[in-house]
Amino acid sequence: MDFIAKYLPYLLAGISVGGQYALIAIGYTMVYGILRLINFAHADIFMVAGFIMVYASASMPIYLSIPLVIVLTVVLGFVVERVAYKPLRSAPRMSVMISAIGVSYLLQNTAWYVTGGLAKVYPTIPWISDTVTFMGCTTKRVTFITPVLTILLVVILVLLIKYTKIGIAMRAVSKDFETSQLMGIKINTVISMTFIIGSFLAAVGSLLYFSNYATVTPTIGAMPGLKAFVAAVFGGIGSIPGAVIGAFIIGICENFIKAAGLTTFSDAFTFALLIVVLIVKPNGIFGESTSEKV
Amino acid sequence: MKKTTKNIIYIALLLLIFALSYVVDIIAPYSMLVTVLRKGAVYALVAVSMNLLNGFTGLFSLGQAGFMLLGAYTYAIFTIPTAVRESVYYYYEGGIINFQMNMILAMLLAGVVAAIFAYLIGLPVLKLKSDYLAIATLGFAEIVRALAQWDGFGKITNGSNLLKKFPVLDNTTQYFLIVAICIAVIAMLIHSTYGRAFKAIRDDEIAAQAMGINLARHEQLSFVISAFFAGIGGALLAIFQTTVQANAFKSAMTYEILLIVVIGGIGSITGSILGSFLFIACSEWWLRFLDEPMFIGTFQVPLLRTGFRMVVFSVIIMIVVLFFRRGIMGDKEFSLDRIAKLFRKKAKGDKK
Repeated sequence: MDFIAKYLPYLLAGISVGGQYALIAIGYTMVYGILRLINFAHADIFMVAGFIMVYASASMPIYLSIPLVIVLTVVLGFVVERVAYKPLRSAPRMSVMISAIGVSYLLQNTAWYVTGGLAKVYPTIPWISDTVTFMGCTTKRVTFITPVLTILLVVILVLLIKYTKIGIAMRAVSKDFETSQLMGIKINTVISMTFIIGSFLAAVGSLLYFSNYATVTPTIGAMPGLKAFVAAVFGGIGSIPGAVIGAFIIGICENFIKAAGLTTFSDAFTFALLIVVLIVKPNGIFGESTSEKV
Repeated sequence: MKKTTKNIIYIALLLLIFALSYVVDIIAPYSMLVTVLRKGAVYALVAVSMNLLNGFTGLFSLGQAGFMLLGAYTYAIFTIPTAVRESVYYYYEGGIINFQMNMILAMLLAGVVAAIFAYLIGLPVLKLKSDYLAIATLGFAEIVRALAQWDGFGKITNGSNLLKKFPVLDNTTQYFLIVAICIAVIAMLIHSTYGRAFKAIRDDEIAAQAMGINLARHEQLSFVISAFFAGIGGALLAIFQTTVQANAFKSAMTYEILLIVVIGGIGSITGSILGSFLFIACSEWWLRFLDEPMFIGTFQVPLLRTGFRMVVFSVIIMIVVLFFRRGIMGDKEFSLDRIAKLFRKKAKGDKK
């Protein structure tokens, strides 16, 4: 019983943060699957969603501000793709990645300018921020909502990709960019859709993540963003279930490392894991293997 | 133009730059210009070292901040005078290192330490390609940062506290001299057979391999050399800032250096140098006015307040990235021949 009492809070925190990473990781993995681009700006879209919530909730009731956050974040994701990535469609992959880094730099500096560089207190969302007691440990209700909501959203997404027309188009584009274009798939619509879905999930992720952490700063996106990316690589980039499982594993491991008193290394662990995975199994757990052609 | 006259002009230009750096120190010792010149020189070195890797060898690495951190820490740790160690390592009973190294030796050691780490990390990481390499090196930089702040190494790295009171350079010419020597070495390397091999790898790995270039060995070499100079750059940055703390070496620093390389032109040494001075001048000096509230008569210009400078600056960067993808120099180098040609073309155009 002592054992449970000691480690249960960490396990719960791990599952919860894992779910939040999963929601971000899907955005990375989908974009990578289609554009072969590490969307460095994704973490900052997540951060901006946090700030939008801070400002929206100050001037309107919560049931209006939540949909507003989601809508604005989706619009932001869409605009970023149209402005910063679309003109570079035929450019080398490195230029697109540099453009993504540029967008990330821009979003962070803009956030810094708007907020004056101060940490903002995240509003408490009623019901999901309430404290509950579970098997003797107190935690916020969001801890339990996150994994459930994550899995629900992932199931919907997987079904969407499997059965709808746009989903089939997405899979076709990620298999072969040029051939699918020849087959009459509107590439730009598919890519925009990918960014819209990714940003939507990032917005939901930010609602859950910041309910747990209470403050937003302009650079807060970097760490969860990088970890979500590691999760995506770990699960096999391009694979949605892989990203989700990877995210849960990373979230739980990280919290157990904290439990062992090695907080400094919880971040370092993630990257060590990344390097090990890339070397041992570069395609991740569920990734497809690719061969290089001359 | 004859080769000898050209060389004389190049040497004269170089001497002129050194003379100017000397004069600046005398005329305006605490001005913004000195700051820009010093920091610009440091960033120029780091940018060129990154360009060697990203622009000339085609390895997309984002570990530069990590190597700079290693260099900066190595320099700081070994050059703090023994007399003040007690006060710097206040929380760790004076640390465990009880000697002081010569500045130049410490700088070289900074490079060597970074290079050794690069060699070790390169063994597994260089097997990866393009974006995976980028992420793995980024991860490495984060691990180094976490380790440098760890309490367990406190006696060496001073944990998450500042390292300070180490000797610094007091005139701009010294910065320029060190940076110029390092960049000259990189430039010579790029013009050697090794440099040609690097470029061959960048243009087509498989063709390069078919021509008998040992891919793994050359990539390793480029990675290690780049880290060596990034380490020296880190040491210089420590000297410039007079204090060192691991928290400053975040991935944002690597991104800034990458953006400098892009602005200057990927694959151009002179481009990187120009780019870094421009970047530092804009971010530290020329755009400063955007941070201050401004009045025209009684009308206050809107939007101007702290932080606006960086917003404008990042918009400019985005414009460069999107519309001037080749940067200032493209993959060309600064040369008198090209300038002469430009003038001749103009002269011809006038005649018509």
